[in-house]
Amino acid sequence: MVHDVVVSALLIGGALMSLAAGIGLVRFPDLLSRMHAATKPQVLGLLLLLLALAVDNRSWILVPVLVLCWVFQLLTSPVSAHMVGRAGYRTRHLRRDLLTLDELDDVVARAADGDHGGPGRTDAPDGGAGGDRT
Amino acid sequence: MNRRHIPLITELPLVIWLVLVWGALWQDFSPGNLVFGALIAYVVVNFFYLPPVELTGRFSVLWLVPFLGRFLLQLVTASVQVFWLAVTRGPTLRNAVVAVALRSHSDFLVTATGHAISLIPGSLVLEVDRSTSTLYLHCLNVASVEDAEAVRRDVRATEAWLIRVMGSSRDLAALRAEEASR
Repeated sequence: MVHDVVVSALLIGGALMSLAAGIGLVRFPDLLSRMHAATKPQVLGLLLLLLALAVDNRSWILVPVLVLCWVFQLLTSPVSAHMVGRAGYRTRHLRRDLLTLDELDDVVARAADGDHGGPGRTDAPDGGAGGDRT
Repeated sequence: MNRRHIPLITELPLVIWLVLVWGALWQDFSPGNLVFGALIAYVVVNFFYLPPVELTGRFSVLWLVPFLGRFLLQLVTASVQVFWLAVTRGPTLRNAVVAVALRSHSDFLVTATGHAISLIPGSLVLEVDRSTSTLYLHCLNVASVEDAEAVRRDVRATEAWLIRVMGSSRDLAALRAEEASR
């Protein structure tokens, strides 16, 4: 009985985290803020779901596989967020009007001045300064 | 094959990890299975060559446990915070790209810090400057310069924890000196 309550609480918690990610994806204004929603609640959500599985299974032999699942998600989700975020920033898929502060902009501009037409900056000078979707 | 020979001791953590993955996937940690896994791991490590990961040569389990506790707590806070922001703020959110200079110049530690802070409160690594070990982060819900300063303090605190867990002894000494001077 207690066992079932714990499992269902964990499952609902995990599902709520997926819901959080979903709401974030719909409501956040630009690509970079959406990446936050796509990575962070998912890690906790998967942890809760895996915990529910471990509790429900009542055997230790499944635990290493579940730990492995979570560790791989921990390792991969920041990398994918970084790659998407980096590509998004470089191709100007972000809304500057939403940023209170941008300390990377100067660095990128300086790097682009350093090697004219290098791979650092591939966009047009005013490419989508107002954001990709308004 | 004219590749640089890597001593077994450098490969050992990777081999041990592969054996553990093997055991976990078969759900069988009997000695026979592990020995066979070790054999396969050794072959894999030697045939599918990757540059060796330069570890820092120090690892403190004593600091790891509180770090994991802090990490889990921050993970929960971050998830709830993103949930809350998504529901209440949504499209009116203000963000910032913040540069954070880290103390350590070890690739391994910079990577670990980047990973840890991507998972905990509202930050995402956009770009890494390896030469100055500066991380450029995209941060959710930063409305002022003070907020950005708070993010910077937070990231440097996370780095300090990681240095305590697995930083090189030089980084650790630098951290101790910094704390003493405060």
